[in-house]
Amino acid sequence: MNNQRRNVLKSGTGAAVLGALAAAGIIKPGVALADWNKAAFEAKSMADTLKALGAGAPVESKDVQVTGPDIAENGAVVPVGVASSIAGTTMVAILVEKNPNALAASFTLPEGTEANVQTRVKMGQTSNVYALVKAGGKFYMATKEIKVTLGGCGG
Amino acid sequence: MGNPMKIRAAAKDGVTEVKVLISHEMETGQRKDANGAVIPAWFITELVAKHGDKVVLQSEFGTAVSKNPYLAFKFKGGAKGDKVSVSWKDNKGDSRTDEAVVN
Repeated sequence: MNNQRRNVLKSGTGAAVLGALAAAGIIKPGVALADWNKAAFEAKSMADTLKALGAGAPVESKDVQVTGPDIAENGAVVPVGVASSIAGTTMVAILVEKNPNALAASFTLPEGTEANVQTRVKMGQTSNVYALVKAGGKFYMATKEIKVTLGGCGG
Repeated sequence: MGNPMKIRAAAKDGVTEVKVLISHEMETGQRKDANGAVIPAWFITELVAKHGDKVVLQSEFGTAVSKNPYLAFKFKGGAKGDKVSVSWKDNKGDSRTDEAVVN
């Protein structure tokens, strides 16, 4: 138990420090993303995750789509797709707001790869699923609520 | 090394669609076993897909990606007979690369 608490404390400060560094412009978000983005994946809340990704406050856009079921019977396997029709999309990420760690996966798209990625994620409970898209140095997002019925909560 | 991935790549109208099914536990580190001990996290952290030598997708996974991850994406170019390869790396340092021929 004690160990777990220490880990939480450690990762919490780590994310904060990295976020602060990114905000101060000491490390560029692109550089921070070069290796597995520990801070972003271990961030607990949406706000911390966005900060760790260097996204700040993404703009909601109709050109970004999240696809998935309205109701997922099994939270362990929820098919989620992200598509963006914004030209020059270089990064897409899938975030599940109420998961212990919001960030599920991020994809870097070289030129020529379409901004249309599908995968499957785990969801602990009914939650908003966010698609975060980076295009031309700006961040955009879209949301979809997916209800999870497994566990008997019924959403 | 893990089990082989299933990779399908199909070219149509100048766009190649790739579908990948990876065999991996993707343990979150949040579950407990029957004795109450935490099962340590074990998940894929990075994945790179290449068309020939060119990187066509680079991704980072967290623990929220489902067990035996599925991934589908499309890139421009690619023709029948080209090679598409996918490599992953997990948090225990294990890795695996598989390739498939575009059809």
